[in-house]
Amino acid sequence: MEKFINHTGTALPLRRSNVDTDQIIPAVYLKRVTKSGFEDGLFAAWRNDPEFVINRPEYAGATVLVAGADFGTGSSREHAVWALQNYGFKVIISSRFADIFRGNSQKAGLLTVVLPQDEVETIWSAIEANPALAITVDLALETVTYNEISLPFHIDSYTRWRLMEGLDDIGLTLKKIDQVSAYEAKRASFKPKTLPIRH
Amino acid sequence: MGKTLAEKIWADHIVSSAENEPDLIYIDLHLIHEVTSPQAFDGLRLANRQVRRADLTIATEDHNTPTLNIDQPIADPVSRLQIETLRKNCAEFGVRIHSLGDIDQGIVHVVGPQLGITQPGMTIVCGDSHTSTHGAFGALAFGIGTSEVEHVLATQTLPLVRPKTMAINVDGVLPAGVTSKDIILAIIAEIGTGGGQGYVLEYRGSAIRALSMESRMTVCNMSIEAGARAGLIAPDQTTFDYVKGKAHAPIGEDWDAAVEYWKTLKSDNDALFDKEIFLNAADLAPFVTWGTNPGQGLPLSANVPNPAEIADVEERGAAERALTYMGLTAGTPLKEIAVDTVFLGSCTNGRIEDLRAASQVLAGKQIAAGVRMLVVPGSARVRLQAEAEGLDKLFIAAGAEWRMAGCSMCLGMNPDQLAPEERSASTSNRNFEGRQGKGGRTHLVSPLVAAATAIRGTLSSPADL
Repeated sequence: MEKFINHTGTALPLRRSNVDTDQIIPAVYLKRVTKSGFEDGLFAAWRNDPEFVINRPEYAGATVLVAGADFGTGSSREHAVWALQNYGFKVIISSRFADIFRGNSQKAGLLTVVLPQDEVETIWSAIEANPALAITVDLALETVTYNEISLPFHIDSYTRWRLMEGLDDIGLTLKKIDQVSAYEAKRASFKPKTLPIRH
Repeated sequence: MGKTLAEKIWADHIVSSAENEPDLIYIDLHLIHEVTSPQAFDGLRLANRQVRRADLTIATEDHNTPTLNIDQPIADPVSRLQIETLRKNCAEFGVRIHSLGDIDQGIVHVVGPQLGITQPGMTIVCGDSHTSTHGAFGALAFGIGTSEVEHVLATQTLPLVRPKTMAINVDGVLPAGVTSKDIILAIIAEIGTGGGQGYVLEYRGSAIRALSMESRMTVCNMSIEAGARAGLIAPDQTTFDYVKGKAHAPIGEDWDAAVEYWKTLKSDNDALFDKEIFLNAADLAPFVTWGTNPGQGLPLSANVPNPAEIADVEERGAAERALTYMGLTAGTPLKEIAVDTVFLGSCTNGRIEDLRAASQVLAGKQIAAGVRMLVVPGSARVRLQAEAEGLDKLFIAAGAEWRMAGCSMCLGMNPDQLAPEERSASTSNRNFEGRQGKGGRTHLVSPLVAAATAIRGTLSSPADL
């Protein structure tokens, strides 16, 4: 995973709440067996509308997505994260994220930033007033900065450290594998196993 | 101070714990399917890692599989490659798999319980958000993404932040014709699609205790629709009776030891939940959704809501958008909404009890002209059981289509989809825009409402027949 320290880019204002993962990428696009190429499916149904915000030329190249509350609800498909990343997004800002989506983002290196809804709305207006507005998201300082306004955000210290170091979660757990073995030695014998197959 | 059920299961699975770090939690069972696993197996190969516990892992094919002509190669080459990739990965890493055509194939959340590998007190994960279904057994079960699938394959653990707990108390007796599906739709309408975020839900109270295991699974299944990763119900005699005798249930001394442990799995009387919700079962009615998220639901006797009367600006906007998408007019009685398709199936309502309930409503009747009804059993075994009971004949005689097992039209990843602007009454779990096919319009309902709707052609309950 790439290290994430800070990022500056233009932003896309998505004035919708409850953007579920079926909207981010519909199921018919989930058939690929790789982690790339999912940008075609990003917001697939909404993109049919030429007026949909992502189709507007002034927002081309945006790397920060600013969305309404409850972003990423529904399905656990990490393809939603890959689709956003494949398209070019580095940061998603919302007042509330669904648990599984947020977890998936943090594993895959897509930064999710939680800001209060009133601040999200102020940012929407600022972007709409100036689509070329540069927004800086600094994970080291835990701030979102634009137009000389600096907003603090909070992220748990463990996730922040992991993202800033670009650390592989599995590698971290494998350092504790002796403890996993010790736990396994104590597991109750009645716990089920899938193998050998019983009929 | 006592502990809640979720806290007890959590404590029993901590491998390591340190300040300012997530707990490392041991995973007792990992369920796998074709859609969310290929990139995880690729990750293992790239890092030269093995599956740590193939004997705690099981795969089935369900999401993209066809429900017709399953003896022939899958027509869509991309779907076929995904299925072939799962088969190759399972063969390479020694993982048990139940493929299309196998008697134990089916929706992953139907297969686990019927094999008896879903048991109380376990931690269970799957790259599917409806893993919460297994919480019906008093297990801590939740959906994960593909990065976490890879993590569990490699280590049989997950680093997790301890969730908060919410008690959802449903007391009293359900009126006739009201089912567990109506309970959970009413709960989601009450707390909203984000109300459960960060929580494990525990469903409690006399109305929950009175439910069968299959009905409990329907409730827990949709916990994620309230934003909660997991929802559970304390195990009791109903649970033990259901597990006993299943292929992978404990036997002999193990059974006695297991039951002794399982009996400790309930929230202590003095346990404190972070939040509590109370519902009276007697107040509930058949429930249907009118909008594009599962929280947008009302009793069947109500009218399509008027967004102008919704105070919250955000909710009002969402309701306006939903009515436009759904092609509905405020004030229309829900019972006057005509459907094109009825879908009976999914991990929410594709078990034998659901098929029995719907078939009894349909027995001796005909579905309305112009309505198509798809009946998709949750697993191959459910299908065989239904056929042994003659339910398939009841469905076919009524004019419904009897299909092979899989996720099917719940998510429209296989050919079973709605056409644009086609409207369904569906026993599945999500009414999101386009969920059942691009432009399709979904109303979530119980199996009883699905069957009555098929007969009348408009949203209906058996009482309307």
